Amino acid sequence: MALAIPDFMLAKLDPLANWVRANSLWPMPFATACCGIELMATGASKHDIARFGAEVMRFSPRQCDLMIVAGRVVMKMLPVLQRIWMQMPEPKWCISMGACASSGGVFDTYAVVQGVDRFIPVDMYVPGCPPRPEQLIQSILDLQDKIRASGTLQGTEFEQRIEHQGPLPNADVPADVVTAPGDYKKSRRVSLN
Amino acid sequence: MPARNVDRTKRIIMPFDTIITALKGRFADLATSEFRDNRRVVVAPAQLFDVLKSLQEEHGFDLLFEMTAADYLKYPNAVDRFGVVYGLLNTVTGERVFVKTVLNEPDLTLPSAFSLWKGADWLEREIYDMYGILFDGHPDLRRILMPEAFAGHPLRKDYPLRGRGERHNFPVITRANS
Repeated sequence: MALAIPDFMLAKLDPLANWVRANSLWPMPFATACCGIELMATGASKHDIARFGAEVMRFSPRQCDLMIVAGRVVMKMLPVLQRIWMQMPEPKWCISMGACASSGGVFDTYAVVQGVDRFIPVDMYVPGCPPRPEQLIQSILDLQDKIRASGTLQGTEFEQRIEHQGPLPNADVPADVVTAPGDYKKSRRVSLN
Repeated sequence: MPARNVDRTKRIIMPFDTIITALKGRFADLATSEFRDNRRVVVAPAQLFDVLKSLQEEHGFDLLFEMTAADYLKYPNAVDRFGVVYGLLNTVTGERVFVKTVLNEPDLTLPSAFSLWKGADWLEREIYDMYGILFDGHPDLRRILMPEAFAGHPLRKDYPLRGRGERHNFPVITRANS
């Protein structure tokens, strides 16, 4: 049966590029903790992100255009994360998956980075500890909407985003003060002296 | 590395009291205590290496199964700042003994147990990394968990829980430069 393919099509290049890019997001799984398990479940047959064209997990950043940061990132890992992000070709997007990647989560200690958006640009945040696969799929769908709505062929939408978008680093904590964990409603400060 | 003259075929089976008596006969001010099956020997840093060597060679403790430290700053009724604990196991008899020593600033140096048990290598590096206790004679005393450029020793009790801003001390990558 012959398909009814027209001899030529007319379209704007931007929506065409967006259509192609949004439906073939190749994720870079930067999975460091339990969110990585949910990320694997999302890729597996029950939830199956192949339905949305994002099943091609590539372990080389050169072949990826979507970084999914799944899990907490410690100080020693952040230079690696930044290097991998820099190695990914344009256009590229980033999903910060779970509470730890987005804000540090419960790991409010000297070694854990309090949100990857302080140091790399992030497009989508997924709440949850860890998020369900449905939530990650929803974030990929939302990212597809974002690409369709704002993407351009030359990637000019990125050129305008030159400002740092995440929260600014905190001021240094005084050496003689520690913040005791436990009471999350009113952070308790304890003096050592 | 010096050769170890431990004859593994020779079974050293000795009740704990005998070990304690033998140790106390050789080393003068040695404190011991016992709680259920937890036997401890507290020694001064100057005698530590000889006690460990004696326990290994004469009493058959051929495995260093644990080595850790504690910071007793702000600890109720604590006299000394740091404690370093060695957990030794005799794999023939299954006996365990804990050897503890205490350290105070400014002299935070202990003899390395690497020449007795190779397993002390990374354990001593971890204690150095977390508490800043130096091990004299260690072949490669570097940080093991924290990055090389890290300043300070984070498990000390006077180190702030949220750090001194190290976790924010990275370049920020924006869309313009990526």
